[in-house]
Amino acid sequence: MAGWTTCTGTALLLPLDNIDTDQLIPARFMSAPRSQGYGSYLLHDLRRDANSELLADFPLNQHDGVRILVAGRNFGSGSSREAAVYTLVDAGITAVIAPSFGDIFSSNAVNNGLLPARIGADAAATLYRLLENGPTEISIDLATGRLHCGTTELRFDLQDSWRTKLINGWDDIDLTLQHAEAIRDYAKTRHSTAPWAWPTTAN
Amino acid sequence: MSGALTLLDRLWAMHEILLREDGTSLLWVDRHLVHEGSHHAFAKLKDRGAQVAQPALTFGIVDHYAPTRNRGTEMAPDIARMIKTLTLNAEAHGIRLFDLFDPAQGIVHVVGPEQGLTLPGLLINCGDSHTSTHGALGALAFGIGATEVAHVLATQTIWQKKPAAMRITVEGDLGPGVSAKDIALHWIAKLGVGGAQGHAVEYAGSTIRGLSIEGRMTLCNLSIEGGARFGMVAPDDTTFAYLNGRPFAPKGADWDMACAAWAELRTDPDARFDRDVNIQAADIAPTVTWGTSPEQAVPVDADIPDPATLHSGKASAALAALDYMGLSAGKPIAGTPVDQVFIGSCTNGRIEDLRAACAVLAGRKTKVPGIVSPGSALIKAQAEQEGLDRIFTDAGLEWVASGCSMCVGMNGDLVAPGKRCASSTNRNFQGRQGRGARTHLMSPAMVAAAAVTGQITDVRPLLQGRAA
Ligand code: SF4
Repeated sequence: MAGWTTCTGTALLLPLDNIDTDQLIPARFMSAPRSQGYGSYLLHDLRRDANSELLADFPLNQHDGVRILVAGRNFGSGSSREAAVYTLVDAGITAVIAPSFGDIFSSNAVNNGLLPARIGADAAATLYRLLENGPTEISIDLATGRLHCGTTELRFDLQDSWRTKLINGWDDIDLTLQHAEAIRDYAKTRHSTAPWAWPTTAN
Repeated sequence: MSGALTLLDRLWAMHEILLREDGTSLLWVDRHLVHEGSHHAFAKLKDRGAQVAQPALTFGIVDHYAPTRNRGTEMAPDIARMIKTLTLNAEAHGIRLFDLFDPAQGIVHVVGPEQGLTLPGLLINCGDSHTSTHGALGALAFGIGATEVAHVLATQTIWQKKPAAMRITVEGDLGPGVSAKDIALHWIAKLGVGGAQGHAVEYAGSTIRGLSIEGRMTLCNLSIEGGARFGMVAPDDTTFAYLNGRPFAPKGADWDMACAAWAELRTDPDARFDRDVNIQAADIAPTVTWGTSPEQAVPVDADIPDPATLHSGKASAALAALDYMGLSAGKPIAGTPVDQVFIGSCTNGRIEDLRAACAVLAGRKTKVPGIVSPGSALIKAQAEQEGLDRIFTDAGLEWVASGCSMCVGMNGDLVAPGKRCASSTNRNFQGRQGRGARTHLMSPAMVAAAAVTGQITDVRPLLQGRAA
């Protein structure tokens, strides 16, 4: 996964609360291998009719090249399905800006280079106003935790560890393997002090 | 520092291998549970040429795609492929798999505790948000995404920032016909679906102490619907009695040593929580959702709220929900006709849930169709021994095999577009039970009441004169 520090692109307003992971990708698509690409499943049942045709009046269907979504509170709540993040990433989205996110969604997003940018209620109201007449360019700077929309500058929140990870594009497994010795020592101690924590071989 | 610790503090410290400067901990994972949906993670592992670090601590379960009828024959090709992929991955990595035909197969969050794989003091991960269920036994249990699943497979550890601590204390006796499901829907309606975001919730108080392990699991299961990745209850004698003799639980000297260690797993009386919420059990009525978010719930004897009266910007979501659900504001929720019912899932598919539904259904006929899917094959067998299957089928419901079934519909058990389902599950999201499906969450007893009357109904009068 490549890291990134700044992103400038078309931002679209999707002023809905509680866009849960079942809406981001309905369960029936989740058996597909990732190599097939998940972009066409993004918000499938909101965007498409019963014949999978795009609905003309859904905002995401009216504009090409959207890179940033601005959404309502509790974005990505619900299931832990990382496929919800794959749909966004594969559809070209780099950042979602919202007042709050599902906890597991946020971790999944960061693991895939997608920024879950949390903004305060006032900033959200400002941003909704700036975008209500159509998509507008926003630029995001991970290092400073600020975003710009025209002349308006707003702050967003992001855990420090997530910021570092997004910027460096780190792979956790590689990082963790550097601690192999500490892990081995821990496991040894746990095994001797809490042998009950290992499953009894059943029957 | 006062030195007083919460249960969360204790569980966290027990598993912390190291603490990074940025505040993220590397934690040891005692149990890792995988299911068909873990295919992305196994694919990532394969891409790296990595192996499962601790196959003996990893367990596989077929649940999300498990057919509930004609098992093993006539499987749809994509379902057969998902199950086959898990089987091949389990074989390749030497993982014990509870497959479709295992006598202990079932939903991952039901099977873990039932088999004694879930124990107090363990850290348990699974690529599923309802992993919070296992916290009911005093475990540190949380759901993770596919990248994290791959990480746990490869290293048996997970990076995690310690959440803030929140306590929900419930005191007093629950009224008749009121269960753990109602406690959960009640607090989520009160605090909102983001109410516990970023927090680990510990449930405490006399009501919680009085709950069975099954009830505690229902409560911890639903923590995620209130935004909490973790739910937990300190282990006590009820916990130990539940676990004693379970297949994978410690035996002999290990059992005694374990019980001594587990007795230490509690919150000190003067420990501080970042957030403390108090609820009186007597204030909780049978609760039912009217919208498309678990927070959109009311007592069964209340009216569907008028969106205009909702605060904190929830009006537009409520309007959209009413539109999707085909309901009108201001009308009583009771009396809403339902087309079908579902009893099952990791929330309410355990033996106690089936008994609660049967207490309502015994000797009665249902007005609408529905299916009952026990949470595990062992629960199914036990229910059949108790004659519960006959009560369900005599009433007119279909008794099927165990799996996630209509909770998520991946196995094809779907609610048709526009149809309304009274459901003992955990998510009433748009399209959760099928495209256009309308879900009302409620307890298994309330689902049974809806089945008998064909509409959303207060279960309490139906229980009068019966042993609930
Ligand atoms: S029963 Fe439902 S909530 Fe539970 S694990 Fe299965 S799909 Fe998820």
